Amino acid sequence: MIEVRSLHKRFGDHTALKDVDLDVARGEVVVVIGPSGSGKSTLCRCLNRLETPDSGVIRFDGADLPAEGRALARLRADVGMVFQSFNLFQHKTVLENLTLAPTRVRGTSRAEAERNARELLDRVGIGEQADKLPAQLSGGQQQRAAIARALAMRPKAMLFDEPTSALDPEMVGEVLDVMTGLARDGMTMVVVTHEMGFARQVADRVVFMADGEVVETGEPSAFFDSPPRTGPGTSWPRSSATSGTAVILRRAGHGAPPEKG
Amino acid sequence: MRVSPVRVLRAAGMAYVEVLQNIPLLVWLVIAVFGLPEIGVIAGLFTTSVVVIALYQGAYMAEAVRSGINAVPAGQGEAARALGLSFVQSLRLVVLPQALRTVVQPLGNIAIMTLMNTALAAAVGVVELTAAANRVNLAEAQPIWIFVTAGLAYMALSGVLGLASGALERKWAILR
Ligand SMILES: Nc1ncnc2c1ncn2[C@@H]1O[C@H](COP(=O)(O)OP(=O)(O)OP(=O)(O)O)[C@@H](O)[C@H]1O
Ligand SMILES: [Mg+2]
Repeated sequence: MIEVRSLHKRFGDHTALKDVDLDVARGEVVVVIGPSGSGKSTLCRCLNRLETPDSGVIRFDGADLPAEGRALARLRADVGMVFQSFNLFQHKTVLENLTLAPTRVRGTSRAEAERNARELLDRVGIGEQADKLPAQLSGGQQQRAAIARALAMRPKAMLFDEPTSALDPEMVGEVLDVMTGLARDGMTMVVVTHEMGFARQVADRVVFMADGEVVETGEPSAFFDSPPRTGPGTSWPRSSATSGTAVILRRAGHGAPPEKG
Repeated sequence: MRVSPVRVLRAAGMAYVEVLQNIPLLVWLVIAVFGLPEIGVIAGLFTTSVVVIALYQGAYMAEAVRSGINAVPAGQGEAARALGLSFVQSLRLVVLPQALRTVVQPLGNIAIMTLMNTALAAAVGVVELTAAANRVNLAEAQPIWIFVTAGLAYMALSGVLGLASGALERKWAILR
């Protein structure tokens, strides 16, 4: 469903992505992990062209990603995106956040958009918050509203860029639960996250990035439970023959959950 | 225009704001009233003054709106575009409404400044409030009272504008 071939992206003289390949099949959940600054967000944002790649090919549903204009807008309508900072429209109620794009982009009638929106809000467990402004909601509720907003467009795939990183620890679970439900329902998902538990339980495949490159990709079980293969073809950054995946993840800041006092 | 992704538009917007703001209004009025007829543009004194003041104050308004747009987090526009809204739609439906709410107060102040600046039109011969007061003064020879009355009239008018912008700001206040 999503095909990425030799994607490159530079910011000034800093190379954020080099030669990235990625395939995401329909219904697959791919979790992207890696240290800060490794290019995870950039990759995610290139997938719906919030960031313009310098070179490389991205295909969605078999067709090349349109560069701009209406065609690009149409593609974006089919790909939901959830941001670390929620980005709910601050001047609109939660319900209006969900109905804006369906009515303006899809031409859905207001009544139907509202019915659909209320259904989705119920599904993510915040049905009673529909008429509040985003700032009146907790972080976890806002992020669930943001997920519902993306779902309101009935997307074919969803991109998540660290959806729980801005949340207080006690709210992480409620958002991950919604995402897990979505995955179980067969949604195609690309998820950048530091939540190893989610990666292990929900991901079909884990992609590990470092310094703008995909350095390893595999099933979560292989990824978390066995030491990395060494030898030609696999180049672990800062790896030695003795360091396991867990060690690398820990060095990259992906170890045990943060200790809170 | 100065937030436009199109470079030409952005440059034009910048030139407009810079050129107008860096020369005092009175100079603009004199240039327009005495200069335009020279190059064959004949318009009434009143019309010329109104157009010049509008363009001049427009530059300040443009700056205020721009600061408002810059105050809206980038994520708002990104979220809108990620949902499939066009650039223009995200500006109109998401970014501008939030930008305008944050600049109600500065825009109100500019409106008041516009009102005050109309006094300058007297200098080029338009009979506005100050000039009218002056004429009455010449006839009645009671300068203090006549100008105090004119001053009160200005205060009343700007008071109305101030109250209106204050009310708008409260109505549109956004929680962040
Ligand atoms: N708009 C930008 N302008 C300049 N440099 C950028 C921009 N966006 C990202 N970068 C740089 O590109 C590199 C990759 O950034 P990216 O945000 O993709 O990393 P990340 O893996 O998502 O990190 P994090 O875990 O901190 O979110 C970083 O070095 C970052 O500084
Ligand atoms: Mg990131």
